[in-house]
Amino acid sequence: MQMHDAKRVEIMIEAVMERRLTELLEAAEVTGYTILPVSGGSGRSGLWSREGQVSRAGGMIAVVCLIRPERLEKLLETVFEVVDRHIGVVSVSDTKVLRAERF
Amino acid sequence: MDAILTLAAQNLLSPMILSFALGMAAALARSDLSFPEAVAKGMSLYLLFAIGFKGGVSVSDHGLDGGLLAALTVGVALSAALPFLAFGLLRALTPLPITDAASVAAHYGSISIVTFVTASTVLDAQGIFHEGYMVAVAAAMEAPAILSALWLISRLNGPGAREDRGALLREILLNGSIVLLVGAFLIGWVTGEEGQREIDAFITAPFKGVLCLFLLDMGLVAGRGLRAARQKGAGGDVLAPGVLAFGVLMPLLGAAAGAAAGWALGLSAGGVALLMVLCASASYIAVPAAMRVALPQANPAISLTLALGITFPFNLVLGIPLYLAVANVLIGG
Repeated sequence: MQMHDAKRVEIMIEAVMERRLTELLEAAEVTGYTILPVSGGSGRSGLWSREGQVSRAGGMIAVVCLIRPERLEKLLETVFEVVDRHIGVVSVSDTKVLRAERF
Repeated sequence: MDAILTLAAQNLLSPMILSFALGMAAALARSDLSFPEAVAKGMSLYLLFAIGFKGGVSVSDHGLDGGLLAALTVGVALSAALPFLAFGLLRALTPLPITDAASVAAHYGSISIVTFVTASTVLDAQGIFHEGYMVAVAAAMEAPAILSALWLISRLNGPGAREDRGALLREILLNGSIVLLVGAFLIGWVTGEEGQREIDAFITAPFKGVLCLFLLDMGLVAGRGLRAARQKGAGGDVLAPGVLAFGVLMPLLGAAAGAAAGWALGLSAGGVALLMVLCASASYIAVPAAMRVALPQANPAISLTLALGITFPFNLVLGIPLYLAVANVLIGG
């Protein structure tokens, strides 16, 4: 089956910034993304967990985008506007997709 | 003095306080007891709806005596003013940087709705009247403190935040807990006793049980926060003597301001006690989220550990009986 090169961008960011990030992504014409809840983890400030939490503060989400390689630079510039001052990690990896016209 | 001690003893041995103590002890002992996030959120939605609705029904029963508008105005003014007091006290007692101090100050100007719910439940259990519209005052006191803290930061650090203030304001004022509390209050006000009869089995009988479970969860979260602060210093010296002293002194100063305001407003003893609780408590639901958006450089562990690990238990165990006793002396209830 024909496979096409793509980039997988995973953005771990504070849950309170979700709406701002997705609005910027859509403004940058990245309309395809998936938001995943994150139940806990460990970082520079130590262990954290969402168990029993009521406030959205202190929680993280993972936003995953699959895009064509040539759109990566613009996406990263957009993401950096939000991630710059906030807790978060952005990672990029090479991947393959089946239907290139969708990205 | 005897009355305060009796009240404190009764309060200490109530299922609510013991549930909180159980949660805290379990977390400190590293038990795996925990509530899923969705369950904790579900319980908080239930409590907000029930307390808002009952407040509305109470206003519908007793009618508006013109006190609501005055109490709302005073509540907003107190919430806006208390962060300045908190900020000054923090700068005097602790070496916290300006940004962290402003963030903590916002938490202490705003209110803890769970402390308010617990205090209302204590008053109800003792048959002490309190103005139903205090629920609306609680909702009105959530947000002004955030704006005061942001103003403080912009004055001291210069404008640096890229955050759109309009969007932030909308988010603060339409915060889910405020919308639910005010909405349920209005529903209770409109439907009155008749409405309460229809849903009484849901909002009255299970209320204390759900509150106990919610306080158990709060105890777990507070205990985990304290353990983390003690182990890793993630709270940035949150357990330093000056910071700890602030966690106990600030609620007392806030309560004193609330007592003076409540007395001036002519509230009942129960109403004064509730206004004292509102001024003494620190937010750990609405404000932390707003601060993460507006002041991401502030260390959230400091505010949360102080608000939930120090001030919340202090108010729950000692503060509520103390404020009620002071209100009784002041109003002669």
